[in-house]
Amino acid sequence: MDLGQVLANGIVLGALYACLAVGFSLVWGVLNVINMLHGSFIILGGYLTFFAWHLFGVHPLLMLPVVGALLFCLGYFLQAVFINKVVTAPVLTTLTLTFGLDMILYNFMTVYFSATPRQVTLDLGSIDLFGIYLPNERLLGMALALLLTGLLFVTMRSSSIGRAIVAVRMDRFAAALMGIKVNRIYAITFGIGALMAGTAGALFALVYPVTTNLTGIFLGKAFVVCVIGGLGSVPGALVGGLALGLIESISGVVFGPQHSLTVGFVVMLVLLVFRPTGLVGVKGYE
Amino acid sequence: MMSRLGLALFALWIVVLATTPFYADNSIVRTAIMLAMYSVLAFSWNFIGGFTGYPSFSTAAFFGLGSYAGAIAQTHGVPMGFAWVIATVFVAAFAAGLGMILLRLRGHYFAIGSIGVVEVCRLVVSSWSGVTGGGNGLNVPLLMWAPDTVGAFFLWVMLGLMVIAFALTAFVDNHRLGFGLKCIRQNEDAADMVGVNTTFYKVSAYILSAFLCGTAGAVYASWIGYIDPTDSFQILLTVKVPVMALLGGAGTVLGPAVGTAAFVVMEEFVWANFLNWNRAILGIIIVVLIFFLPGGLLKISYRRMINRLKGRESAGAPV
Amino acid sequence: MSNEILRLEAVSKAFGGIRAVNDVSFDLRQGEIVGLIGPNGAGKTTLVNLITGVHRPSSGKVIFQGDDVTRQKPYMAARSGLARTFQIVQPFPEMSVLDNVAAGALFGGDPEGLTEAREHAREHLAFVGLDKIADQPASALTLPNRKRLELAKSLAMSPKVLMLDEVNAGLNTGEIDAALDLIRAISDRGITILIIEHLMKVVMTVSQRLLVLHHGALIADGEPTAVVNDERVVEAYLGEKFAKRLKEAGHA
Repeated sequence: MDLGQVLANGIVLGALYACLAVGFSLVWGVLNVINMLHGSFIILGGYLTFFAWHLFGVHPLLMLPVVGALLFCLGYFLQAVFINKVVTAPVLTTLTLTFGLDMILYNFMTVYFSATPRQVTLDLGSIDLFGIYLPNERLLGMALALLLTGLLFVTMRSSSIGRAIVAVRMDRFAAALMGIKVNRIYAITFGIGALMAGTAGALFALVYPVTTNLTGIFLGKAFVVCVIGGLGSVPGALVGGLALGLIESISGVVFGPQHSLTVGFVVMLVLLVFRPTGLVGVKGYE
Repeated sequence: MMSRLGLALFALWIVVLATTPFYADNSIVRTAIMLAMYSVLAFSWNFIGGFTGYPSFSTAAFFGLGSYAGAIAQTHGVPMGFAWVIATVFVAAFAAGLGMILLRLRGHYFAIGSIGVVEVCRLVVSSWSGVTGGGNGLNVPLLMWAPDTVGAFFLWVMLGLMVIAFALTAFVDNHRLGFGLKCIRQNEDAADMVGVNTTFYKVSAYILSAFLCGTAGAVYASWIGYIDPTDSFQILLTVKVPVMALLGGAGTVLGPAVGTAAFVVMEEFVWANFLNWNRAILGIIIVVLIFFLPGGLLKISYRRMINRLKGRESAGAPV
Repeated sequence: MSNEILRLEAVSKAFGGIRAVNDVSFDLRQGEIVGLIGPNGAGKTTLVNLITGVHRPSSGKVIFQGDDVTRQKPYMAARSGLARTFQIVQPFPEMSVLDNVAAGALFGGDPEGLTEAREHAREHLAFVGLDKIADQPASALTLPNRKRLELAKSLAMSPKVLMLDEVNAGLNTGEIDAALDLIRAISDRGITILIIEHLMKVVMTVSQRLLVLHHGALIADGEPTAVVNDERVVEAYLGEKFAKRLKEAGHA
């Protein structure tokens, strides 16, 4: 395969990865919680989009805000009712709790949606750019992924909720003294994390088949993107996502597609040990 | 520290499990083997996760590597017992090397790193098909004895490992190693300042948390006769084992055994009755554990509970 | 005199571009109490961190009992007899007071068993006056008692040099007097003490010698009353203007 095609595939994938991981990164950065539910949130978003389209003929683009709203509510609920109670506990506790919640959500999905791979097929045609072949669904998915990630960036920068989240991330005691309701911000942050995961899943369903068997793999990708890009920053997730997309598509050609996942994880482990702040290494969530 | 009563109960528990082949059917014996195996894993995890307080999720990596090391040795004609030793040594060496790198990380980064190790092991094993059989898995030569004898044999081997793991725990708990590990859990910088060689102590704990998992993995492979990458390197296993230890009481001597027993019994019950909802019910167990039993079953003040119940009875007179 | 126990030779430490400690040399002699003072941010705690191996000097040497210990790790420093207390107390919160001190005896002191370490710990607790609450968890202690616990823990490590980083910060006058008595009692055991303070009163009453650190550099080393009248020291504390005015007032 020629280099241009490989890079183009990598960038498409990378944009989706950025959107997929940015919510995980936000939750980790602000709440200091490793959210094991993230993979299931992604798949849930994908499934909701698929079934709305498949059963009721709802167009995936119309479904996108609905998926976002539903996932936000689910995330807000889980954080407000469960995770807030132990949010200051050591990582072992919070990680185990989110893993337990994930088992419940995962089980509901396998029972009601089954594990069959589902993909929305829109048949939008494709374009051919200097010999690089790109289906339009992928371009659409990439564009929307970048748009959503950009929206999150703007929200963090300029909305009052965004500033409150940044403030809590930097110093939750000081933020509380400033009159910010920290627990509510935590719930909103977790909700946004779920929203980003769900919409990323919806976009994935346009491009690739999604199945519950992929929850672990998506979660793993979120780990890798976070570690590559550094925690809790939108630009970091973007850098990490694009880097992982390119690493996977290039190593797929060099070592064979079955090894691309391994290479991503090995890069993560090496970075963890030698540069745990990530490539971007930003401190605040901006 | 452990009471004499605790020790007696543990011994009784071992006897109950060890005698299952004489009074119970094969499925019970099978459960007993799994129980012993999970106990070994939970006791092992307790060294790094309980005593030292490092959120390690690499149990599945040690278990999987052990099962593959043992299975590969056996398929190359190494006698079974010797293959188990090879697997143990291999996993111990792996943990030593990995620990020196990974234990420089703390908290969330260590947790992510230790999960990443499991994934990398699984991916490497499944793509290195020349040696490991790849995704097709690996057949291990089976013991050609009567099924009942095979069951009893592997049960006793696993129980042997469980007793070793317990004895190691009890020893470490009363030894300067255990004391140093507890210091690290509470305040690593302060531990360094009072003269605890933290790197050495943490790596020791990590090796202790690994090598018997390797043995158990190899024994498991010989018992089951077939292994594949997804079964051997389960992310589920890597969280299940800490949950068992937490359920009993992390950092206590008997906690892992109590937690494993409670967990496996519940799991058997769930499996038998709600096959479709197995995962969700385990999830609920975890949520309940985190909220209602933060210190584990052993840390509940039973005396206070009884007193409260008594108090309520006496105060419960009609007004 | 050849009874020197600790010597720093031109020790410097830079963090990024900032020189936190700049070319500091001094020595401590067996059994003396030396005060280390300086305005906030002068580099006092960094200096202790350099001596105990928490940070590695960018240049220079630390010599302890004739051996170059510049590159040793904190746990090695602790074992060799360089003990310290922290400005912000660092207990093992869930362990009993007794076990906190036993940890010092077990790992920092002479190699011995856990039982023996606990016995030693009791003696040290009696010395600092915490023996009555030996079985309480460390997290339950009041601030003055936590400071005592830090002391007992360091003493259990059978130190040759004890560095006390702001042991009196946050204590009231009565508590400070008690702490000073304790420091003198420790000194009577032959332990060399480096006491880091910004409370002048404290340093002046116990120290036999005073070191002054300013912007990471050692600007004075000598007998306490001489040092506090030193022009540069006054300047460092009060600023150039006030020092000048003070001087003029003195002459007038």
